[in-house]
Order: sequence, then C-alpha cells, then structure tokens
Amino acid sequence: MQTLGGILTQALHLALMLVLAPLVPGLVRWLKARMQGRRGASPLQPLRDMRKLLRKRPVLAENASAVSEVAPYVAVVATLVALAQVPSFSHGMLLAPLGDLLLVAGLLALARVALALAGLDVGTQFGGMGAAREMSFAAFAEPTLLVAVLTFAILAGTTNLDAVAATFRDGQLGLRVSLALAGLSLLAVALAENARMPVDSPGTHLELTMVHEAMLLESSGRHLALWEFQAALKLELWLALLAAMFLPFGAAPGGAGPLAWALGLLAWLVKMAGLMLALAVFENAIAKMRVFRVPEFLGAALLLALLAAALLFVSTGLA
Amino acid sequence: MTFGQLPYDIAHLLGGAMLLLSFVLLYQRRVQAVINAFAMQGGVLALAAAWQGAMQGAPELYLTALIAFVAKAVLIPLALRAIVRRMNLHRSVETALGIGASMMVGVAVVALAILVVLPITAGARAIAREDLALALSVVLLGMLMMITRRNAISQVVGLMSLENGLVLAAVGVAGMPLVVELSTAALVLVVFVVAGVFVFQIRERFDSVDTAALEKHRAEGTWEAQRADGAWEAQPAEGTWEAQRADGGREAQPAEGGRDAQRPEAAWNAQRAEGRPEVPRHGGLP
Repeated sequence: MQTLGGILTQALHLALMLVLAPLVPGLVRWLKARMQGRRGASPLQPLRDMRKLLRKRPVLAENASAVSEVAPYVAVVATLVALAQVPSFSHGMLLAPLGDLLLVAGLLALARVALALAGLDVGTQFGGMGAAREMSFAAFAEPTLLVAVLTFAILAGTTNLDAVAATFRDGQLGLRVSLALAGLSLLAVALAENARMPVDSPGTHLELTMVHEAMLLESSGRHLALWEFQAALKLELWLALLAAMFLPFGAAPGGAGPLAWALGLLAWLVKMAGLMLALAVFENAIAKMRVFRVPEFLGAALLLALLAAALLFVSTGLA
Repeated sequence: MTFGQLPYDIAHLLGGAMLLLSFVLLYQRRVQAVINAFAMQGGVLALAAAWQGAMQGAPELYLTALIAFVAKAVLIPLALRAIVRRMNLHRSVETALGIGASMMVGVAVVALAILVVLPITAGARAIAREDLALALSVVLLGMLMMITRRNAISQVVGLMSLENGLVLAAVGVAGMPLVVELSTAALVLVVFVVAGVFVFQIRERFDSVDTAALEKHRAEGTWEAQRADGAWEAQPAEGTWEAQRADGGREAQPAEGGRDAQRPEAAWNAQRAEGRPEVPRHGGLP
C-alpha cells in the first residue's frame, strides 16, 4: 500500500510538473503585465511558442559540434530528474529516499554546464560572454546553495529533501534565525539561477546585459523549445523547493490517502500562486543590477548563508 | 541539540533581523538607503525591546522600546535626512574599503564575536549565548562601518548602529536598571547632537563631509604630511601624468561642481601639485 501510494504520487507529481511548467513563466509574465497596466499575453503563450518551435527543424551553425545537439536534452533531463525529487503536494513519493538536496544541487549544476557548453560551442561572442557570466555567477550561487543545505542538514539531521521538508512541516524547530538567513540567501540564489530581475532581465534581448538569453542565441527550432522548457522547469523547481522548505504547510504526509493528496494539491497550488505573485511584484518593483554588481549581490547571499551556519553552530553548542 | 520555544525564537529572530540590517547598512551605496536601513534597525530594536518586556514581564522595557522607536526610527533618521537635504550632499557613500571586502570583514567580525562570547558564557543557556553573540556582532559591525566609510554621515550612522547593539544586549539581560537605560538613551541623543554639529563644522570648513580632508591637518611627521612634502618636490615634474591630470583639474576648476571638481583625488592632486594650501572645493555647492 505504501509503495503503491509512492508510485501513484510520484506519477501524479511528474505529470503535474510537466503540465504546469510552461504555465509558470507565462503566469509570471502575465501578472507583471497586469500590474503594469498592460493586458499582457495569455499565460498560455509560452506553451504556444514551444509548440510552434517544436515543429521547426533546428538550424545549426556550420562549426557546431555534437555538443550543441546533445546539450538541450542533457539539461532538460537533469532538470526533470531534479524536479522529480522536490516534493509538491505529498511527501513519501517513490523517489523520496533518493531525493537529496546535494543531488538536486548537482543536477542543477549539470544542467548549467550543458547550457554554458552550448553557449560556447559555436564560438560566437555573445554565447561565450553569456557562458562566462553564467559561470562566474555560479561560482557564488552554488556555494551559497550548499551552505544553505548545510544549515538545513544541521537543523534536520539529514540532507534528504523529503525528510528535511517533513521536519519543517512538523514545526518542531520553531522559528530560527539561521533558517531566516538561509532563506534569504536561497531567495537570492533562486533569482540568479532563474535569470530573474535584479540579476538578468528575463523579457529582453538587451545585448550588453543579457546572460541567459545570450547563450541561446545560436539555438533554434526544437532545441530552443527544449531550452525554454528547461528554463520553465527550473523556475518551477525553485518555486517548489522554496514552497517545500519555507511554506511546508498542508502537504500530505507519506502514506496518506487521496483526500489528503487533494488537500495538499490545493495548498500547493495556493503556495505556488503566492510565490509567483511575490516574484511578479518584486520584479516590477526593482531595477536591473549592473552585471559587475551581481557577484557582490551573490557574495552577500553567500555571506548570509555562512552566517546562518555559524550561528547554528553556536546555538547547538557544536562549536 | 536544543530547540527553544516560540517566545525565545521570536526574540532571536528580532536579534537576527538587527544583525541582518547591520549587513544591509554595510552593503548600501547611497546615503538615503543607509538612513532608511538605519531607521528600520531602530524599529526592529524597538520591537525587540517591547518583546523582551512582554517576555520578562518588565514594563520599563516598554519605555525603552518607546524611546528607541521615537529616537532611532523617527527623529534621528529625519534629522539625518534633513542634513543630507540641506547640505546637498553627494548621494553616494564613499568607502575606504570596497563593499565586498567590507562584507567579508563583517563576517569575520561576526565570527570574532562568536569566538569571544562562547568561552565567557560557557555556563549559560544556548539561547543567551546566541543573543549575546548577535548583540556583540551588531556592535562590532557598527564599529566596522565607522572605520570603512569616509562620509561623516555614514560614520554617524555607524556609531548609532553600534549603540543599537548595546541596547539589544542590555534588553536581553533580565533586571537591567531603568536608570542605565535612560542615561544611555540620553547619551545617544547628546552624541547625535555633537556628531551633527561636528558634521556641520566639517562641512563649513572643508566644503565636504569626506573625513579624508581632515587627515591633512594632522600633526607633522605623519606619513600623510611626508607624502604631501614629497608631492611638493615633485611639483615641477615634466609631463608626468600626475601633473597632466593636475592641469586638467585646474582647467576644470572654474566650473564649480563640475566633473573633475567632483572627484576628490583629482582635485587633491591638483592642489598638491600646485602647492596651494587650501583644501579643494568639491561637491555640489549651493
């Protein structure tokens, strides 16, 4: 029964994630447009774009190697595997014992490497510049994520994502300073990873400032569709991760029945909608940062995460 | 591992928020944003004091909270803002140390605070230890801010933030006499007035609130004075870039508040090369 429930929730979770992924960027874009007083494109627009692109043949540069062809698939699969481990409406999914925060971080890094290689492969300036920037941001974003994971691990006693989320849901930890600091640093990392506003501007192709888009300039057709799908999956993953860590209420415990799943699903949808609204408000309120200030911003996030871990050492008497 | 109850957790969280705001103070580049962050820190301090008052059942802490709120979240920020507006100051903070570097030093300072607090509070509960570590960190970060900022306004804010840390430590300890609180609060106001007058004086004398302008007037025999002498001898230099830049600076001089005149080093070099004893006028003059 437990296994059956695990299989069922895992399948439902994956289906839900795949269906909702294209809607996430579309909804954020739509919310932003509404707040700016525009009517905005329909939230389904990314889905339509992807469908159109999927029907088209990719056009590759003459000197493109196999990397350009393989990279989008690697990135999408890595992101999808990571996403399969992030709990959404229920705990105790089939892959939960495998789901580890470090593994998620590693899979995201793999996807990033694939993206950067694809940007470098053809050898155009913009691709190389975008890849260089992406990797230099990653040099701060990845350690920040890992230090935040360290904080969670000290608090929950494990790096297993499902177990950490379940511990937080039970609420026996209470409010912790370290958790608040780690949460802030994770928010900064999430913005940087998804090329959102203060770090990168998602809706424009402004040559000098773009990071994510610069790496995709050479891809077309279904490769571009895959890249866009990967970006959507990554945004969904980060929102789901933040929801699982910091808004753990309402998720169904492992081994629960369909009623608890339905409640968990409802709660999860509300949480995701709230996070998307917060992202839209934030992006409308803030201006893009100069590229050279981004390492400072992410460095501050890293320091906050370090601070969180250091304070935790004090309070738990480990130091 | 010990996990506290909700009241202690909230007290902690407020302390953590103050520490975070200290880092925000270090991170900001604009004077206005520094003042806003300082006002927020004052507000959080008031909340922390009020929460401690509720927790310890000590009504005099509400008075502390009220004083903290009125003075630090409202009056002092308003006064600082008025100073900035009246003096028509630069909107950017001049740092003696880069933002990234000062953040790093900040974390090192927090680590130092933790290392200091841990051994001396070995017998105390974990919660008190963490609170003291937070408060000491806020104090040290305020000190760091005074050291790493060249703008007198930022230095004043650093001093006030340091004092915020002191009050945070004081309210965390049960049974702090009210007299001490009141005298500290009065002291802070006096310090603020003195600092404000000082800022005005610096501004009046040097037309700048950059405290680097003061270094020149230190006692003889300091390296600064020696360097100034060295620059004197090098004055008739033939087409060194220093002299060239000085020329450029001189040409740009008539345009008051012009581009070059706004850059302190250019004006400084110009003045050194020319051997003029006066201090450069830079900054948007009224």
